[in-house]
Amino acid sequence: MQRFILSKKNHITLVSAILIVIGFTGELGFKNEAVAVAALVLASILGAMPIAIQAYQALKVKIVSIDVLVTIAVVGAFFIQNFEESAIVTFLFLFGAFLEQRTLNKTRSAIKELTEMAPESALKQMASGEFEEVDVDEVDVGDILLVKTGAKIPVDGTVLSGEGSINEASITGESLPVSKEKGSTVFAGTILDNGTIQIAADRVGEDTTFGKIIELVEEAQDSKSEAERFIDRFSKYYTPAVLVLGILVWVFSRNLELAITILVLGCPGALVIGVPVSNVAGIGNGARHGILLKGSEVIGDFSRLDTMVFDKTGTLTAGNPSVAEKEYYGENTQEALGYLASIERESDHPLARAVLEEIGETKFSLVENTEVVKGGGIAATVGGHRIAVGNVALMERENVTLGEQAKADIARFEKSGNSLVLTSVDGELKVLMGVRDQIRPGVKKDLRRLKKLGVKNLVMLSGDNQGTVDAVSRELGLTEAHGSMLPEDKSAYIKRLIEEEGQIVAFVGDGVNDSPSLALAHIGIAMGSGTDVAIETSDVVLMNSDFSRLPHALGLTKATARNMKQNILIAVGVVLFLLASVFFSEWMNMSIGMLVHEASILVVILNGMRLLRYKLR
Amino acid sequence: MQKATIQLEDLVCPSCVQKIENAVRLLDGVEKESVNVLFNSSKAKLDFDDDKLSIVDIEKAITALGYEVKKSQVKVK
Repeated sequence: MQRFILSKKNHITLVSAILIVIGFTGELGFKNEAVAVAALVLASILGAMPIAIQAYQALKVKIVSIDVLVTIAVVGAFFIQNFEESAIVTFLFLFGAFLEQRTLNKTRSAIKELTEMAPESALKQMASGEFEEVDVDEVDVGDILLVKTGAKIPVDGTVLSGEGSINEASITGESLPVSKEKGSTVFAGTILDNGTIQIAADRVGEDTTFGKIIELVEEAQDSKSEAERFIDRFSKYYTPAVLVLGILVWVFSRNLELAITILVLGCPGALVIGVPVSNVAGIGNGARHGILLKGSEVIGDFSRLDTMVFDKTGTLTAGNPSVAEKEYYGENTQEALGYLASIERESDHPLARAVLEEIGETKFSLVENTEVVKGGGIAATVGGHRIAVGNVALMERENVTLGEQAKADIARFEKSGNSLVLTSVDGELKVLMGVRDQIRPGVKKDLRRLKKLGVKNLVMLSGDNQGTVDAVSRELGLTEAHGSMLPEDKSAYIKRLIEEEGQIVAFVGDGVNDSPSLALAHIGIAMGSGTDVAIETSDVVLMNSDFSRLPHALGLTKATARNMKQNILIAVGVVLFLLASVFFSEWMNMSIGMLVHEASILVVILNGMRLLRYKLR
Repeated sequence: MQKATIQLEDLVCPSCVQKIENAVRLLDGVEKESVNVLFNSSKAKLDFDDDKLSIVDIEKAITALGYEVKKSQVKVK
């Protein structure tokens, strides 16, 4: 019976609304007191039923909930025969709850979308060798699964046979399909765009990368900051306190109407719900944009950030050196490039790889008499010519004279942080290349946006020499840049910022050798493409290690923190306003109090919902 | 000791969270400290002693309060 009534709450709300309309038109329009009273009494009783049941259940588990306050108030109103009040209050309470449910579901929608991307079934190979559809929970490590075009990959696994292309956007944020063949790894939650593959399950359920992402987001949306825990504790005592206050007022003033009005006005509605809705909407917005925020503590810290510290290699720069600048001297450049490529082809030095990539297609010749000069480069005979490839020291050893122009170019290349590759043909300098680890595209713009969002210091720490570091720092317009730093120097630097200067610090690194720094900083952000490490060590996870999402992440946490404050302010303001008006004004009564309460709850939910649409301008 | 994760209907009032938490805590065999009801994801997480009660008993305590249990998962801890 109880459950039946609760499940029909929405119908009850509708019926009681109709009864109230009948009641009021009966009274005002037709001057028919009897019908009016009957309708309102019926509306009150009907509306009070689900509330009273909830109150009873709450009391059974020793909680004085809002339902308890409202039930007592309604019974009191009934007692003093104020049926209008009792009918309207119950209706507003039920209707408010209905609207709250609708709007709350909206604020939670972004995260729901993500969790609903989780695979639910799989085609598993049974003992008979046939594939049968089973629930994804029934898949164990080692099982062999069949995935057809358009289906979701159910587990993390390895391709055993077949080939196809997979959309991995749910894991990496990258929407271009990736082709997979025998031996490739595939991830749960990604979609097989075309082809058919058989895979062996390596990790299932919560152990998969996607499972971890979902778990992280699910926990984040309910994580509580210190302030929220305080509100929770406070509200535990607040509601009983309102009840006690109501009883005291009644005992001393003998004014039942005032006492029950206080019960309604004292409801803590918006206060307890305001912060969680901001939290869930903010985290949901992040999840939609490939940013996973690990909870409200992280939102609080990140929004008040003073200093952002970056690791250089692989974070600000691409992480693999390439030819950034080049100059040619004299004639027969194409031939010289051919000789250069022929020599570099036999080396596996990182510089050689960069040079080969730059030259691309060319005519290769036979290389003879190769001589590796330690700390210099390579000298050899190619196509009958004496070729030297290496640094300035090698050129001197080979008696190559460098002209004024070449000397100026060399100085310029060095200043911008390049490693030099010089090529001479028969004692004459032909090619000068500057190789360096280049800055990732777009990083400069992103850093400028971070600064605009109020980050005071942008600091770069690197193991590279100070010259290289300075060059990058100049180009990016950083506040500070320190070179020749070991991982422990980096963590010591962060410790100093936090402990001595009292700053709030974020560290952005590759997540492999920077883990102490990531752990020390208030906010650690791992950029490593090894998603697992990044997810576990980061406070803010950027899908696909996409640097360009950082400004959005920072802007979003600021907006979310602001939103929470607004909601607390609205909630506290409303309660103070209501209490003040009940004592100092004539017009305040139960119905208006309930209306204002329910309205304030909707206002904080709608305010929170704005975060879902947040975009960095 | 078993670890249970119970997916509930969408919770809409924070006081529902308190009610469910208390109701489950009052059951004999449930590890009181472990009970955590998550508002936004509408889940209850708790540890319990399967010698004293079963997951069905816990589900019953929640449905008795008027909340629907959608799915529950039990793992050995």
